[in-house]
Amino acid sequence: MSIDAQPALAPEIKARQAAMALLAEAPEATLQATWEALEPRPTYTVLRQPETGLVMVRGRAGGTGAPFNLCEATVTRCVVALESRETGFGQCLGRSKQKALYAAVFDALLQTEKWNAEIEAKLLQQLRTAQQEQDHQTRREVAATKVDFFTMVRGD
Amino acid sequence: MTTPSLGLQKAPAPGLKNPVHDAQKIFKVAMNALARPGSLQEMPELGLEVPAPLTQTVAALALTLLDYDTPVYLDPALAQEVDVVDYLRFHTGAPIVALASDAAFALISDPAKMSAISGFAVGTDEYPDRSTTLLIAVDDMTNTSGATLSGPGIKTETEFDAAPLSPAFWPQMIANQTLYPLGVDVLFASPTHVAGLPRSSKISMKEAR
Repeated sequence: MSIDAQPALAPEIKARQAAMALLAEAPEATLQATWEALEPRPTYTVLRQPETGLVMVRGRAGGTGAPFNLCEATVTRCVVALESRETGFGQCLGRSKQKALYAAVFDALLQTEKWNAEIEAKLLQQLRTAQQEQDHQTRREVAATKVDFFTMVRGD
Repeated sequence: MTTPSLGLQKAPAPGLKNPVHDAQKIFKVAMNALARPGSLQEMPELGLEVPAPLTQTVAALALTLLDYDTPVYLDPALAQEVDVVDYLRFHTGAPIVALASDAAFALISDPAKMSAISGFAVGTDEYPDRSTTLLIAVDDMTNTSGATLSGPGIKTETEFDAAPLSPAFWPQMIANQTLYPLGVDVLFASPTHVAGLPRSSKISMKEAR
């Protein structure tokens, strides 16, 4: 993992980041259903068994201030390798080891030519739509309770 | 290769199958080895696949003891193997250093050609713990011949020898013992057992070797 070396990110790295983010947010049931529907089901070995730990979440005041430690979050991570030796990394909030494992396997499969298109069509699009829908829903709920503050100008 | 630029070119070998419990078992073996110098402590069956020339026992100790905080030195035979370097980096995150005196741990796969022990860190008077612990892969260890050990953790005295070792090894370890409380600690790893030789053990050679 080359987290410290980040020059301008190559497009395939950006795409992988986006896919991993989708997988991390995805509901476990969706991942499980997609995995069980794969035919033939690919084989993989677990390089780093799923493990749960804490990750420090950092923030910046207003998005630009000095970084500070906000809180620790429970994260489960896992690394797998396919028979063709592609590695897949899964990290997600929470303690579900199975979900981290699914996320890692799908990340690995996305790097193979054989599975890329199928996973993209069967899983990622569905996740993208669901997450956009969720996002809009939140925005609508927030917008409905929006309060505009304004100052009355006296003397008109 | 569809994605050449994503870091790992080739998947490293899998790590411990049951990270928490396996690491605890291995740690207990290493702890007992150092608590009872010279005694042969049996390693649990782990079924690790490790890249050559790393041995299973050394790899197990490395996965247990190393982390991002422990600079590790690899002997030339290990350092030239990309698979070994990748394996250790991936599973432990330990920084690999080229200078033996910077290392908290040193992995030695070819003890017959081992560099001088005085080249490793012996700690400082303020921090004698800032020394190198050597993990030496050997083929065979015995309690029936070799150097006579005595000191903390040994009731009277015990004999200990490992093979292969370079002829300079025991004289260097005797010199190491005179540095106490500074000095290096050694863990010998045969394919099935681990033995410890901490700096506190007194070493005497019965006959000229």
